[in-house]
Amino acid sequence: MAAPWAIRVEGLGKQYELGEGAGRPRSLYESLSDALSWVAGRREGPPRRELFWALRGVSFEVAPGEVIGVVGRNGAGKSTLLKILSRITTPTEGRVLLRGNLASLLEVGTGFHPELTGRENVFLNGTILGMRRREIERKFDEIVAFAEVERFVDTPVKRYSSGMYVRLAFAVAAHLDADILLVDEVLAVGDAAFQRKSLGKMEDVARGGRTVLFVSHNLGAVRSLCSHVILLERGGMTFHGRTEEGLNHYEARLSGLPALQGASCKGSLVGSLDFNEIVFRQAGARPEVVDPALPLEIEIRGCAHRSFEALHLNIGVGRDGVRLFSCHDTLDAEPLPEGEFVSVFEIAAGTLRPGRHVLGAGAYRQGMTDSIWCAEAAYFDVSEKWSSPRSARDAGAVNVAYRSRRSR
Amino acid sequence: MMTRLSETADRNQPAAAEAYFAHDHLTVIEPRRGWRLLDFRELWAYRELLWVLAGRDIKVRYKQTVLGAGWALLRPLLAMAIFSVVFGRVAKMPSEGAPYPIFVLAALLPWTFFSTAAGSAAESLVGSQNLVSKIYFPRLIIPLSHLGVALVDLGIGLVLLAGMALAYGFGIQATILLLPVALLLLLLASLGVGTALSALAVAYRDVRHLVPFLMQVWLFATPVVYPASLFPERWRWLLYVNPVAGPVEAFRAIFLGRPVDGLGLATSLAISLVVLAGAVLYFGRVERRLADIV
Repeated sequence: MAAPWAIRVEGLGKQYELGEGAGRPRSLYESLSDALSWVAGRREGPPRRELFWALRGVSFEVAPGEVIGVVGRNGAGKSTLLKILSRITTPTEGRVLLRGNLASLLEVGTGFHPELTGRENVFLNGTILGMRRREIERKFDEIVAFAEVERFVDTPVKRYSSGMYVRLAFAVAAHLDADILLVDEVLAVGDAAFQRKSLGKMEDVARGGRTVLFVSHNLGAVRSLCSHVILLERGGMTFHGRTEEGLNHYEARLSGLPALQGASCKGSLVGSLDFNEIVFRQAGARPEVVDPALPLEIEIRGCAHRSFEALHLNIGVGRDGVRLFSCHDTLDAEPLPEGEFVSVFEIAAGTLRPGRHVLGAGAYRQGMTDSIWCAEAAYFDVSEKWSSPRSARDAGAVNVAYRSRRSR
Repeated sequence: MMTRLSETADRNQPAAAEAYFAHDHLTVIEPRRGWRLLDFRELWAYRELLWVLAGRDIKVRYKQTVLGAGWALLRPLLAMAIFSVVFGRVAKMPSEGAPYPIFVLAALLPWTFFSTAAGSAAESLVGSQNLVSKIYFPRLIIPLSHLGVALVDLGIGLVLLAGMALAYGFGIQATILLLPVALLLLLLASLGVGTALSALAVAYRDVRHLVPFLMQVWLFATPVVYPASLFPERWRWLLYVNPVAGPVEAFRAIFLGRPVDGLGLATSLAISLVVLAGAVLYFGRVERRLADIV
């Protein structure tokens, strides 16, 4: 009887503690003094800890033999989901049902010991990944051949080149015979040739009827391996369906936050003016990472719920807690009629320096009598790429246009 | 409906370890709260991992040392020599008529087993963070696997001890048949204390600094350098509240051809079992949060 699902996730959630209390390994002294103050009747209780949901309300089913991709930005909850599915950590709420045996590859070479030989490590790592001894013996030659380390099986792996090490580690993992396979980014190992080989092996696995849950930033790999994808955003699932549609969704969202969730907007105009969408554009495309060598277009879309006589619309770019600069969309405060509006700002090429930036957006009436400011409207990353050799040498938070000369 | 059915099917299956790796095995991952009993079936299903991890530690232990496994002989011999001079010659400890070197060695071997097994187990969970945060298995395997290395050392030491017992003319008595019993008690005591310490070390990092001192004090609370008979008979049971005291005295009695103190052994066994049960329960509580804490 074929089951309708291999993985079934029901309302899954995981809560973590943030802040000072999160350094969970408390000292004995703290525990004792807590206990003492409790006994002494000072029932203050432990200091309140900040809680945060890394994952919440996630439900989906994966059919047997299906290869599903999980995509999302850093911090969207991908690793948390993998950790719960692979039983490394327990969920706070909800539950997961898994049919068949499961193997998880959260890294390659788990438990590898440098002093042991290639042969010994294959058995060690294989067992850790859940293979039985007989199974490893049967597949041993195949594993070693796949890794191309035949001549070195009886050499301690500490004498291996890093490429050989990683190839052997991946080879063990690639020969796992589990019904459900959880894979996290492990394809990003070895040189280009080995990566192609690994991807090929993954495709074989995918076609071999195994259920695979594949987490990756490599959208190309997700596209070629997965029939379905799950899109995670801030701990919640925002899409579950066909890969093509899902990745289009994802790419569209990469460069902006829809509706500026989080509602960090402040000021007297909250309610009469909304910012709905922020879009980043470079050379006509929506970049995942901002290229500092190209001009950056920032488009703010919003809606005014009444008309304003004279209003400034502005954005501010900051990093590391410091405002770098701000820009206004018009020279003077201009009237803003009721309804939707679009403001576009173009930042000159070579202005931004690599790193994570925060974008704020707002509006105010002449004289600041009424205002709205959304401090963390969006985040974006600028890549390590330099418009000129000189800007690579310069330091600081931002580049400015300048000329220089030397004389004597 | 389907779910319900297969769940009950799973619970009614015979205790076959293979069920854990079978293709129709249903795993349920849920939030866990409160105290839980140890899942022995699961532990048994993962026994191969236990052998492999213990095997790894044994293989690695003496690699790249000049003397290799010779250290397993040399360490007890050196300790025996030092203790014989300090406690035998200088402090003139009574040794119930036996030559002090063999008197102390017979107790030193099981003691060393206990202190290395429990001591290294204490560090084990915190030390295997890379494993714990990447893969699932019953975490109890980690402190368990640390018994392996200590067991090999003990085995080598026992050969040495038997040789010395023959050389001193004690011969091998019928009480040698009690050796497996003494060994089992020693294992239980070490496992209980080691498991408790490993779990405590995760919750409170202080434990790692405390363990060396704990072991020093513990050594002198155990009849290693002195005989249990140093205590008046009325109060001797107090000595055996220490779970290691029973097996240590039993080892000595066995190799020196003396009667084994059954009551002492039973007292230590009872305490060992209580400690082990408590440790496993506490471990289960810590285990759940392990990947979040370590």
